[in-house]
Amino acid sequence: MPDPAVVISVADLVKSFADTEGGQIRVLDGVTFDVLRGETLVIMGGSGCGKSTLLNCLIGEYQVDSGRILYRTKDMAEPCDITGASEVEFNEIRKRFGILFQSGALFNSLTVAENVALPLEEHSEVDPAVIDFVVTMKLQQVKMLAHRDKLPAQLSGGQKKRAGLARATALDPEILFYDEPSAGLDPVTSAAIDNLMMDLSKKLQVTSVVVTHEMDSAFRIADRMIMLEKGRGLRCGPRREFESLRDTPRETLSDPSDRLINQFLNGHGAGPLTDAEGMTEFEKLIGVR
Amino acid sequence: MSAAPVSEDSRRSGLRVAVESVGRAADAQARGVRRRVSFVGGLAALLGTTTHWCYRGMFVPGIRLRRAALAGQMVRIGTRAVPIVVLVQVFIGIILALQMAPTLESYGQLERVADVIAIAIVRELGPLITGIVLSGFAGASIAAEIGAMVESEEIKALRAHALNPFHFLVVPRFLATVLSLVGLAVIADVVGVFGGFLTGWWVLDVPAQTYLDLTREALELKDYLTGLFKAGVFGVLIAMIACYEGLHVSGGAVGVGRATTATVVKCIVALIGTDAVFTAVFYAWGI
Repeated sequence: MPDPAVVISVADLVKSFADTEGGQIRVLDGVTFDVLRGETLVIMGGSGCGKSTLLNCLIGEYQVDSGRILYRTKDMAEPCDITGASEVEFNEIRKRFGILFQSGALFNSLTVAENVALPLEEHSEVDPAVIDFVVTMKLQQVKMLAHRDKLPAQLSGGQKKRAGLARATALDPEILFYDEPSAGLDPVTSAAIDNLMMDLSKKLQVTSVVVTHEMDSAFRIADRMIMLEKGRGLRCGPRREFESLRDTPRETLSDPSDRLINQFLNGHGAGPLTDAEGMTEFEKLIGVR
Repeated sequence: MSAAPVSEDSRRSGLRVAVESVGRAADAQARGVRRRVSFVGGLAALLGTTTHWCYRGMFVPGIRLRRAALAGQMVRIGTRAVPIVVLVQVFIGIILALQMAPTLESYGQLERVADVIAIAIVRELGPLITGIVLSGFAGASIAAEIGAMVESEEIKALRAHALNPFHFLVVPRFLATVLSLVGLAVIADVVGVFGGFLTGWWVLDVPAQTYLDLTREALELKDYLTGLFKAGVFGVLIAMIACYEGLHVSGGAVGVGRATTATVVKCIVALIGTDAVFTAVFYAWGI
């Protein structure tokens, strides 16, 4: 990772899981991309394309089979490959990123304020009064101050995501990961969460990596996008490139991968993604079977 | 002429079916053995990790033993179990006294019911019955709680915040279960003997002073210590099985339900099995 503007560099990432018959299913099959400092990269793709697995690899939940994931945060002189890092080394990187989980993943036994305070209490030696001030500030940022003493069970889906976002930003991270931030939300709440994400990116100047298959949300927040299909990176580029592909009539597209991306972005029921006649165009493209 | 090859084919086919069914049965057995070995290995690994984090929490500067969480778990596991342990042990004392009375009376030794109850409760039934009660009371609850946390991505969130789930979740529950079970065993000993005393005094007409004197004479320090040692080991088993089952939950609500059932069943089997081993060892060593 010679370029200092690159915060995360993923190269040739392969991850397989055992299936029920003793075989292996390759979920990630040589994914390669970079995440640049300060940008919002959207990882998208249909169900089962490997985007959640990719996120789990990026945050160290899954051990990869091969490939590398290099992190370079501001305080690091040299990039660190987390695929070979010890738990202690990786924990130092974890302190530099925050994650908004699909369900919010708030600790149910703690109040909203206690959830946000937890990373601060565990990873800093600051006075409880300072922690309380930071918690108030973080909850104010996501407009959840009025709910600070509520338990997660008392919150709506959107409120849980807001509280999760406050917790994710508690340690002022450099990188924020979002796992399906719009999932399960109505369009208005979803747009509000998107605005909040963009607002936080601007105010905190964080690098954001968003996993989603909600296209409206993706086009609202993305600087760059990567399309995954069958565990491979099909296309990675700026948002306008994908906007142009989306708006091009599919009859005029000759490249199979363009036609596949066009179908996904427009949500068409018929096309190479859903071709039921034997091998799909994408399978032909990547040479499956 | 054409009958012979058909017969040969059917013989081969029958042989193949037989070999396949033997193979399948062997495979199923091997998987079962592997699962059990993996479970025992997993428990041992979990115990090792938990002990390591207990040590770090107590002696390594900068790593805090989560005292508030420990106190909360002790209230939940220990204090709240006191009424049920008291109730069960009083009944055990009464049952033992009434079951032993006819036999002892036939030898003209009815007052010896005090000795029998004291030894049985303090060495055996106090810790064992308390352990079994706690398997259902605390073990199932720990497994369900941790399992639900796994399903709602809370464990993943802990790791993502560079917080170790063993330090954060397992250690407080482990210490609370062990300490609570030892404390509850002391209460169980006293209450169980008291249940026997009430029955001996009121129902069997054994003089109160005679009963108390015989109880005191029957018990030695080693009886208390072996009972409390077993209680501590039972606490370790319950905490480890419950945490292990909870951490390995998969499959949503069904998986959580399966984990709680498995915890109770495995705890009871493990407790009784371990008790049998300890009793045999103590007998062999004359303790």
